[in-house]
Amino acid sequence: MRYVPHTEDDIRAMLDVVGAPDLDALFASIPAGARRPEGLNLPEALTEMELTAHMSALAGAGGQGFQVYAGAGSYEHFVPAAVGYLLGRSEFVTAYTPYQPEISQGTLQAIYEYQTLVSRLLGFEAANASMYDGATALAEALLMSLRINKKKTKVAVSRAIHPNYRKVVETYFRPTGYEVVELPFDGAGRTVLDGMNLADLAGLAVGSPNFFGVVEDLGPMAAKVRDAGALFITSFTEPLAYGVFKNPGSLGADIACGEGQSLGLPRSFGGPGLGMFATLMKHIRNIPGRLVGRTHDLSGRRGFVLTLSTREQHIRREKAVSNICTNNSLCALAAAMYMASAGSTGLAALARQNRDKAEYLKGRLAEKGLVSPFPGPTFNEFVVKMPQGFEARWKELLGQKIMAGLPIERYYPELAGHYLFCATEVHSRENLDRLAAEVTK
Amino acid sequence: MTVFPGDSGLIFNEPLLWEKGKKGRVGISLPRPDVPEAAPLGDQWAGPAPDFPDLGEVDVVRHYTRLSQWNFGVDSGMYPLGSCTMKYNPKINERMAALPGLADVHPLLPEEYVQGPLRLMYELQNLLTEVTGMDAISVQPTAGAHGELAGMLVIHAYHRSNGEKRSRIIVPDTAHGTNPASAALCGMEPLGIQSNDQGILPVEAVAAVMDESVAGIMVTNPNTLGLFEENFQKIAQVVHSKGGLVYCDGANMNAIMGIAHLGRLGVDVMHLNLHKTFSTPHGGGGPGSGPVLVRKHLEKFLPVPRIVKDGDRYRLSDDFPDSIGRLHAFYGNFGVMIKAYSYIMTLGKDLKKASQVAVLNANYIKEQLKSVLHLAYDRPCMHECVFSDKNQKDQKITTLDMVKRLMDYGFHPPTIYFPLVVHGAIMIEPTETECKEDIDVFIEAFKSVVREALEDPEALHRAPSRSKVRRLDETAAARKPCLIN
Amino acid sequence: MKELSDLKFPADVRYAADHEWAKIVNGVARVGISDFAQDQLGDITFVELPQVGDTFGKGDEFGTLESTKAVSELIAPLSGEVVAVNEALEDNPALVNGEPYEGGWIIEVRPEDPAEMNDLMDRDAYVEMLKNQS
Repeated sequence: MRYVPHTEDDIRAMLDVVGAPDLDALFASIPAGARRPEGLNLPEALTEMELTAHMSALAGAGGQGFQVYAGAGSYEHFVPAAVGYLLGRSEFVTAYTPYQPEISQGTLQAIYEYQTLVSRLLGFEAANASMYDGATALAEALLMSLRINKKKTKVAVSRAIHPNYRKVVETYFRPTGYEVVELPFDGAGRTVLDGMNLADLAGLAVGSPNFFGVVEDLGPMAAKVRDAGALFITSFTEPLAYGVFKNPGSLGADIACGEGQSLGLPRSFGGPGLGMFATLMKHIRNIPGRLVGRTHDLSGRRGFVLTLSTREQHIRREKAVSNICTNNSLCALAAAMYMASAGSTGLAALARQNRDKAEYLKGRLAEKGLVSPFPGPTFNEFVVKMPQGFEARWKELLGQKIMAGLPIERYYPELAGHYLFCATEVHSRENLDRLAAEVTK
Repeated sequence: MTVFPGDSGLIFNEPLLWEKGKKGRVGISLPRPDVPEAAPLGDQWAGPAPDFPDLGEVDVVRHYTRLSQWNFGVDSGMYPLGSCTMKYNPKINERMAALPGLADVHPLLPEEYVQGPLRLMYELQNLLTEVTGMDAISVQPTAGAHGELAGMLVIHAYHRSNGEKRSRIIVPDTAHGTNPASAALCGMEPLGIQSNDQGILPVEAVAAVMDESVAGIMVTNPNTLGLFEENFQKIAQVVHSKGGLVYCDGANMNAIMGIAHLGRLGVDVMHLNLHKTFSTPHGGGGPGSGPVLVRKHLEKFLPVPRIVKDGDRYRLSDDFPDSIGRLHAFYGNFGVMIKAYSYIMTLGKDLKKASQVAVLNANYIKEQLKSVLHLAYDRPCMHECVFSDKNQKDQKITTLDMVKRLMDYGFHPPTIYFPLVVHGAIMIEPTETECKEDIDVFIEAFKSVVREALEDPEALHRAPSRSKVRRLDETAAARKPCLIN
Repeated sequence: MKELSDLKFPADVRYAADHEWAKIVNGVARVGISDFAQDQLGDITFVELPQVGDTFGKGDEFGTLESTKAVSELIAPLSGEVVAVNEALEDNPALVNGEPYEGGWIIEVRPEDPAEMNDLMDRDAYVEMLKNQS
């Protein structure tokens, strides 16, 4: 049988050692009423060739071969061959969480390097080993602000943060008794703090670039929020933006958290992604998730271990800072490989190309009178108000395997007819020209 | 004379990323610019390039290849890490997960263009409800603890829908730390109860604390001592009679596939770990997938969006007003689900055989090692067995010393110092994918370590000696945390 | 872990069953943990201290001690207001291991009821308790 190497003789010999007459006898401790004598009603086992055929059919019914001009938290970037190849090394893939550091130095050093790369990209003093995704990272950041500002019971979240992220925050907060309030956005698609009593808040979260692709003016907000004694949290879905834009750490954020799928991971129908999470050392004892630290071995050689574990569930149980255990370590490794491959020079160049492509598309659409209601700087995504009746054309284009932006009315009813477009380095000028022509046909 | 897998060879040193490379090198092939440069951003917005090292492709490839060689994975050798089910991760599953029509799909494409992925998720859900005997499921949670949180949110929502706020939940002393931590996230205070001298939960202990203020109970079954909770049905009756719900942590499902029916056992809510029982690789700490399963009466509380089948079409629906809400930016770790789906389709009904042999392997190790190691509970076990270092006390040899030495023999250590109820615990879970010969070598290696404890205890205190680094100073790491370079 | 005979139990402090010690000098009680407790915990990596001005009742948790694999609560051996904390522990938590009764003291408390000192054990009673436990 596949993946069970035992011969009938092996089983016989082992049963003899155990002193059981047959395999069923091993389960004597399971009460009769909890058994399933009827067995499992599962499909016939498939051979490798049959499975391949079956899965290829499923894959053929997927969104293969689409030109997708939408991001909204999931981006198409070119993944270098070396990253995919290295990520497949089974010593990385088939290891557990590095509980035994002597034989896990590969994972540990790689995650330490990941923490460093993330801290530098986002402008912070520390980063954790990863969270599940950008949405859960935001929920955890807000909970962290309540641990730090123990006497407060309210947090605020910008309405311009990814709508699904805000939904996840709602789910996490519902049983806690803490209050989550929403901050509105203005006509420029930027978050408005006016009218909010900041002193009431444990933490306040703003996305940048936000869901509309708009880069927020974080500096002045950070100052106000921190002066009021709240933690300033920034969320993101596209970390490549910090290859050209100022990063949140340099603008005064206490925590930056978001989705790192852009950095070397396929879109994979939305997961697994990578929850990135960075903060300042003064907050480190409240950070959720695993941390790798540098130390030395008995011979004085440099080595790495999981550290500050007393924050975590396996030691502090119900008093732990989070319940997270398994995170998205291999995705963090992919991101580290991607960032290491790109380097400072490459990442900046890639980021510039992304912005160039998006600005080009923005320009081509503007020539047709299709303009963004939000005039501020954007990275590789932007919102455009499309003409009346565009929905029909949008559906037609889907039939041609072109996703011409994402309609955002379902998330923001007041933005009916508005579409969120995205262009990255994978979209050629020719294709962008074609898109601009097709949407107005 | 047995040849143990552990040996030593040339191990490469490899510096940190920023200790190599040269400014201006690039390890990726930058796309050719084909559009005009955008207008400059200006000082208010423009930031410097990130402070990364600049490396060539060969630098990067050697770096990670060498790092990987310092790691031990299931593909390197036996990895009997208790409660983690480190079984072989079939390679075909990796290939299936990389099929472009699955790996390259944008999650917000309209439903009619993602029928394949939706069907896969829908069918995986059906397969998992069949394996467990539960009625309904969501595959959205991305890890075991995330599934637990989903389950606790369901329990919280259920009581709220009855107009109740129950703020306590029973959690036995053998539970994983994630159990009380997940309960605490839902504002529930864990009520500890102790297992008996047989290593299982007595009904009376549950009855003594169960009342109308208690939301329910969280039980890992089989438990972390590797024992089936024989009183589970009676405990479920006690909990149900006071209006509580029964949560089962399914981390140890690998012992009972095709054998136990969790619905009949009295479970209301449970989670699975696809990265344990269903063979998806653990990746050095994730990504995982932790589906949450419920009985019919709790289905309406499951996370949204849910996958709905209308005729032969699949769609996503948020239209479940009682739902606990959304737990992930999209639909969970789809890439992991593909691998678990492939695995189940490959094994079919043989999943039962996998469980039977997993239990056989564990009992075989238990019988063979109990002459040299103290067995915490001398009774038939499920998929894992728990020893301790009690027999080695006189030699001042601890569990840690023994398992570190086991590395030199070429084995990954078992889970140690857990569960907490066994002092110096050594929890061995071989899984079904280890063949008899390899298990025999493992047993012999452990016996040899025990002999060394008597004859050459220093070899154990010094161990491991063949790994890239020796024992590391964890105290120094925690006292002066150095988390980035 | 050491044998009881290898541990120090000075006679000029009084001990609580939770292994804290207290000693009153000039009306202020200095509080720490015993040599036995530090030995059981292993290398202390972090001490979570209360703030000056906090008040605790006897038996309340006033902070935590962390080692790499465990967290233990510090229990107030007597009631009162914290008048000083040992800031040296922030940089050097190893003091609790190295000199538990001297440089490794944890807080100073203005006792609400100095008579509570009488409820604590003297050296002999504490050592007797430890012997019975082992």
